[in-house]
Amino acid sequence: MEKNNKNNKENVKVVGFWVSPFVHRVRWALKMKGIKKYEYIEEDIYNKSSLLSEINPVYGKVPVLVHNGKPLSESSIILEYIDQVWNDDFAPPLLPRDPYQRAQTRFWAKFADQKVLESAWMVLCSEGEKQERAVKEATEALEKLEEKLKSGNSIFFGGDTIGYLDLMIGFVSYLYPVWEEVASVKILDALKFPALVAWQSNFLNHELIAGEYLPPRAEAVAYFRWRRSELIPVYNRMY
Amino acid sequence: MANEVVLLDTFFSMFGMRARLALAEKGIEYEHKDENLEDKSALLLEMNPVHKKIPVLIHNGKPICESLIIVQYIDEVWKDKSPLLPSDPYQKAQARFWADFVDKKVYDAGSRLWTTKGDELERAKKDFIEALKLLEAELGDKPYFGGENFGFGDVALITYSSWFYSYETCGNFSVEEHCPKLMEWVKRCMEKESVSKSLADPKKIYDSILFFKKKYGVE
Repeated sequence: MEKNNKNNKENVKVVGFWVSPFVHRVRWALKMKGIKKYEYIEEDIYNKSSLLSEINPVYGKVPVLVHNGKPLSESSIILEYIDQVWNDDFAPPLLPRDPYQRAQTRFWAKFADQKVLESAWMVLCSEGEKQERAVKEATEALEKLEEKLKSGNSIFFGGDTIGYLDLMIGFVSYLYPVWEEVASVKILDALKFPALVAWQSNFLNHELIAGEYLPPRAEAVAYFRWRRSELIPVYNRMY
Repeated sequence: MANEVVLLDTFFSMFGMRARLALAEKGIEYEHKDENLEDKSALLLEMNPVHKKIPVLIHNGKPICESLIIVQYIDEVWKDKSPLLPSDPYQKAQARFWADFVDKKVYDAGSRLWTTKGDELERAKKDFIEALKLLEAELGDKPYFGGENFGFGDVALITYSSWFYSYETCGNFSVEEHCPKLMEWVKRCMEKESVSKSLADPKKIYDSILFFKKKYGVE
């Protein structure tokens, strides 16, 4: 008898975009729960289909998880949903069970998106003095993350094995270096951030992650080079 | 087991109000500490070293930060009374989605309503009304965003209503005119004691805004 058949894994669809870290999180979460057979639909976010506006009318963005016909968007919300729905002996918990630990996990996940990712994105999409300021902010954000990882006394943010927070911070392991290369900066170095650099390698080598869903590096570099050239003038006007 | 609950807050914060509201809904006794954001206390800096912001809930000496995370924590710990989040995973996710939408769209446009002028102000007004209209559509004919019962989505948005007077005055428009059903929902929520005692006086909030506008040269 197929495990988890009451939740009907076949009725899972994921709409994504190849290079989006928000999409990768969702795919890893499903994999961690033992859900491998689902329909993955690649969306061209620069030429959006009517499907996307139907299943994500509010934002029109990826990822969208469609489970038994019901759509959900926003990666952090999708991950918590996945954790709640698939929850038995074959599906390890993504978030801690203790309410205080859960609150801490959610806090750091929000920090990862609002401070770490945002600041790194600003570094990617700026130059000159603006970029210098962005590098300073990105460094400060990473310092806090480094401290958090060190204080946990474990190799992953989730403890001895990866959890929700590792998935949410996952982009730091493979996208951060790509953005650094495109922006011609080096922020996340082993001397300043020994714990994070070790984590990058542990995360990428973990059997559940191991290159799965990750964009080929050369293609990712080319893609973000293009984004940088498009966005520098836009951000110049805005900030 | 001793249950010591402290809330670091400031009266006009719609985020602080959410924590107050969740505590009131659950009937939790707590010590309320008002922070002067121009002169933050050592306790605040110790309890929220990352952001140095309010609200911070301190439960038996351990801090929880970020208003929606605080509300979820309160709901999970004091789970036997007035549940704020539904137990159904999909409905729970929807409630979180709309609370997140409030912070993404309403907060940003609202802030621009009192810190900008001219074309930027007009854009802020348009964005703000659009966001409220989407929320109004989501509410539909339900008495609350949580359905029959006041819930997480209601907590997330109702505290902004104390700022409507300020937004309307700065932007020269009326929320009621654009979103009458939403204003009915506001009135319905205000009938709950937990809500009316947790929200700050809109006129006092407006006075604070005038003070900040003058101080930071936003006229």
